[in-house]
Formats: sequence, C-alpha cells, structure tokens
Amino acid sequence: MSSIQATHSANPLIQIENLCKSYSLQDANGKTITTQVLFNINLTINQGEFVAIMGHSGSGKSTLMNILGCLDTPTSGSYWLSGRNVAALSSNELAHVRNQSIGFVFQGFNLLKRMTALDNVATPLLYAGVNRANSRKQALEFLRRTGLENFAMHQPNQLSGGQQQRVAISRALINHPPLILADEPTGNLDTQTSSEIMLLFEQLNRDQGITIVLVTHEDDIAAYAKRLIRLKDGHIIVDKNNTVATTLHEVT
Amino acid sequence: MNLFAIIGEALRALRQNRLRSGLTMLGMIIGVAAVVLMLSIGQGARTKINETIAAMGSNLFIVVPGATSSGGFSFGSGSIRTLTINDAYAIAELSSISATAPITSGTVQLNYAAKNWSTIITGTTPNYFAVGNWKMESGTAFTESDLRSAARLAVLGSVTAKNLFGDEDPIGKTIRITNRPFMVAGVLMAKGQSLTGRDQDDAVFIPITTSERQVTGNQFPGSIRYMLVQAKSADDMDIAEIEITQLLRQRHRIAQGKENDFTVRNLTAIADVATDAAKVMSIVLGAIASVSLLVGGIGIMNIMLVSVTERTREIGIRMAIGANQRAILTQFLLEAMMICIMGGLIGLLLGIGGAWLVSQFADMLIVITLGMIGLAFLFSSAIGIFFGFYPAKKAASLKPVDALRYE
Repeated sequence: MSSIQATHSANPLIQIENLCKSYSLQDANGKTITTQVLFNINLTINQGEFVAIMGHSGSGKSTLMNILGCLDTPTSGSYWLSGRNVAALSSNELAHVRNQSIGFVFQGFNLLKRMTALDNVATPLLYAGVNRANSRKQALEFLRRTGLENFAMHQPNQLSGGQQQRVAISRALINHPPLILADEPTGNLDTQTSSEIMLLFEQLNRDQGITIVLVTHEDDIAAYAKRLIRLKDGHIIVDKNNTVATTLHEVT
Repeated sequence: MNLFAIIGEALRALRQNRLRSGLTMLGMIIGVAAVVLMLSIGQGARTKINETIAAMGSNLFIVVPGATSSGGFSFGSGSIRTLTINDAYAIAELSSISATAPITSGTVQLNYAAKNWSTIITGTTPNYFAVGNWKMESGTAFTESDLRSAARLAVLGSVTAKNLFGDEDPIGKTIRITNRPFMVAGVLMAKGQSLTGRDQDDAVFIPITTSERQVTGNQFPGSIRYMLVQAKSADDMDIAEIEITQLLRQRHRIAQGKENDFTVRNLTAIADVATDAAKVMSIVLGAIASVSLLVGGIGIMNIMLVSVTERTREIGIRMAIGANQRAILTQFLLEAMMICIMGGLIGLLLGIGGAWLVSQFADMLIVITLGMIGLAFLFSSAIGIFFGFYPAKKAASLKPVDALRYE
C-alpha cells in the first residue's frame, strides 16, 4: 500500500463514476419505498489532495463519506480506490481495504471504551496480524508524534476531547493509509482545540502527502482544505479550488 | 489477525464486565459441578456393586427348598426342608459343577471371657469358603476331616472377631457357642455388605455336622436350609441349571407334571440386575444434572445476545478499523467459550470437592475418573460453541455502517 504514497498529482486515488445510492424501506402497508440519496456522482480525488465536502444535513454527504470509507456499498456505479474497483469487493476484502488503506476520524471520536489510548491506537495493527508487543511499540511511537506519550495508559474517559481526537488520529494513521476520512472531526471540540486538530491534518497532508477528505458544515473548518465540494440533494453543485485556503494557508 | 490477539481482546471484554461474566459463569459452574458430582456418585455406586458381586463369588447358584402349601396357603420358600446334605454332594458330582456348599443357619449367642455377642451361625462344609470367595485373615478354615469328626472348630467373621476379642489374637482361643466350647481356627477377611445390605462379616462358621448335632439341632436330620452351587464357568451356567433341576427331581422322586419342591436361582443374573439398576441410576443422575448445564448454556446465550446489542457501536468501530467478519465472530465465540471453559474448570473443582465431602460425611464410595473430567471439559466447551455461535454470528453479520450509527 505504501507505493500509493509516491505522490503524483495526476494519479487518482479515488475515482467515482455514475455512483448512485438509494435506500429501500417498507412502509406500514408493506409497500416498498425507495429513497435515492446520491444521483450520478462523478468525482476524482488525486493523491495528496485535501478536500472538504460540505452540505446541509440530508444532502448525502454522510452517505458519500460512508461509501468512500468502504463502510457502505453503492447501489450502482463504480468506485475505484487506488485503481481497484471496491464496489465489487466482498465484505472481508472491504475490511482489509479499511484496515490498510483508510484511516477514520469521527465526530464522536469512536474510541473503544475501557481500553487505554495505547491499545486503542494498536488495535488496527492487531487486525493486520501484527503481534501485541510489536503493535504496542508502534502505537507508542504514533502517540509520541501527536504529543500524547504521557497519556498512553489513560482510558478515553480520562482524556479531554482534543486528546481523544488526537488518539483517534493516531489510530487512523498507524497502518500508514494513503487516505484519511474525517467526518466532522471538530464537531465536538471548542474553537481553540478545533484549530489545533485542523493544523495537525494540514501538517499530515503537507508533510506526508496523505490525502485527506473532510466532511464539515463549518466554513472556517472547510477553509483549511484546498478543494471544496458542495453537495445538495444528492448532487455535486460546487467543486472548486478553495481560494480562501490558498490565500490564508498558502505554503511553499 | 492472529488468534492470540483475539483471545486477548475476548479476555479483556470479559474483564471489563466482571460481575456479568461471573454471574454467567455461575450457571456453568453449578451445571458442571452437578454433573461431576452426580457422575461420581453414580460411578461410586456401580463400583461398590461390582466389588460386592466380585466378593460374592462367580458363577453361583443358590438352591433353596421349595414352598409348601396347606389348604390353599403358601408358606413361602424354605418352609419345608426337602434339601439334604447328600443332595449337595450329589450335585457336586455333576460335570458342569465345580463345588457345592450346603448350609444350615441359626442365631446364637457367643461368649469369650466377659464379652458376648449374638450373631448368625452358619454350618457348612470347607468348600463354602472357596465358593463364596472368602479369604482368611489369619488361621485356617476347618477341613474335610474336621467335618467327618464333627470337630468343635469355629471360623469367625471379622466383625464378630472384633466384638469378641478386640485387639487380642483370637486364633487358638476357646469361645463358647450356646455354652459349648469351640476353638477359633481362623478369622476371615472383611467382605462388607451383601447386595441385600446384610453385614456378611458379622457371622461365625462351623462344620455342618457339628452344627446339626450339637448347636442348632435339626428337626429333620440331614436337611439343610439352602446350598450354594458353583458352576465350572460362566458358559456352563445354563447347562448347570438344567442338570441341577433334573438331578434334584430324580432324587426327590417328583413325578412328571408335578412342581419342583426346590428353587434354583442364578445369583449372577441377580447381580446383573443390580448392575443394570446402578447403571440406570447413574444415567438418570447424569441426565438431571445435564439439565442444569443446559440452563447454564441458555443463560450464556442470553447474556451474549445482550452483550452484542450493547456493544453494537464497539463492533462498528472494530469493523471500521479493519476487523473482518471472522475476527468479530471469533472474538464473541471465544468470549462465550471462555466463560464456559473457566466455569467448567471451577465447576469441576467444586464437583470434586463436593464429591469428597459426600464421601466423608455420607460414607459413600465416590469414584472420579479422568474420563469424567475430560467429559465435563468437552461438554462445557461444546456448550460454549453451541450457545455462543448464534450471538457471535449476529455480531459478525452486522453492517459496518449500521453498527457505527447505532446509538
């Protein structure tokens, strides 16, 4: 998977063609009601991009995020991740893709309760087949990078929101995935902590070339990204370079 | 993901909910303890019966005089004394028979120094000790020549010897049986209870000739109470029964069509019935105990289902960071199995402890075999797999997106 990190701007990490997603529900009379959430989405994200996906609730941004994260499968269309059509993969293969190629950061942190920060960060390595001693050693290194080595033996409920999110980011990074998906990562954080977390993402994108896809509805959070995609009622209505970002956070 | 890591995750999950794991385990502990205890009691009873049967002697018949009836009333077997010592000697000559022992008996008072003891006296021939599988603790039995001379020799059962002599050596001492002096020739090794529960060691044995002439007396000289007949081998039992019956009918001049005035009972068959009864008993005990194990298993399934629902979000997180269905299935299955195996081991120890207590306080023979321990272990793992599978399958088949969204 590390070969993907050889960054080339014209190298698509994510390629989505004519992707549709609809849900079927049965109403009280047993009639099937189909609700379409995403309509013919076409999207290409290259390696090393920092993309913010925005939209109101119900716009389909969470559904798109779940499909990008291989947590859900599209109803039709194709999704190529690192040149592989993941829409056709089995659930076990998808688990492997999530483990190796995608790091998740959630709004509610989603750390495993009653487990130390260290074990939380190490868990993806266990699922990758690394033994416990080795995985803990690597996990400690990742916690050190996010400045949390002194909190390694703390459980999530003994950590502040910002610390928990940094634990979650360490966990997302531990298998060296080319892609980080962050679903409202600052939704539960105060302004100061939010900007710390966003700077961390920015740094990861800049220094390690990790592709970051961020879902948010806050403009100042989206401003950190270099590309802005806006969804409305299941359609992409805006896809542009983030001018605010390039002016405020221009780095060379 | 390697198995050790999953075992670690499963153990951690159990530790996180100690009270619940402990209570769930309790069902297994009680179930396995009950099974082990019941099996060991059942096995103990079977062993005890087998020992008793072995002590009784093998390939035995007991021949008792027949029943009489008068005016329509039956007086029960032995109410007339149609069997004689000579019948016993004649039967001993049959080709299928290895030995016979005629027996008369009564209750007598024994005296030695200041002590006295009331017990059952058996007048018999020296063959009796071989046929009845008796062994000498000390001294010797009486002989054929003692029988002919109607010698005043006595062989004591261990309980009788203890009651009369205490720690003193009885051999060569003179005791009084109904006020006649007898010399103690030997003491028998203890044999314990008979199948009917009588203490076989509370007894005294003298030559049948002496008994008839000098102790119990005899209304019909030469008649006996019953006789033991030993066939040469187990295969000879059927032929022996026919031969004994034919010979006795001939000797008693019983016309064709008339009923026997004696009864031949196959003691081995009676022993088989006792063995079968003990076997049925241990199966019934085991089955009852298994029900509690089953209830424990259902408890585990119940708790695991609750646990899967409660931990849906955790399952979602694990799936998001790369757990595949097999890893989730294995973890939940292992949790159920660990509860079962740990509960099984604790239950096993408790069961063994309980069996020891029963053997100490209830004076019962308790037998615990390695097979039993293996069975309890296998059974509890099997219950873990059986009742843990459905909840684990349910956990593994959750869709990641639904599990993550679960509140």
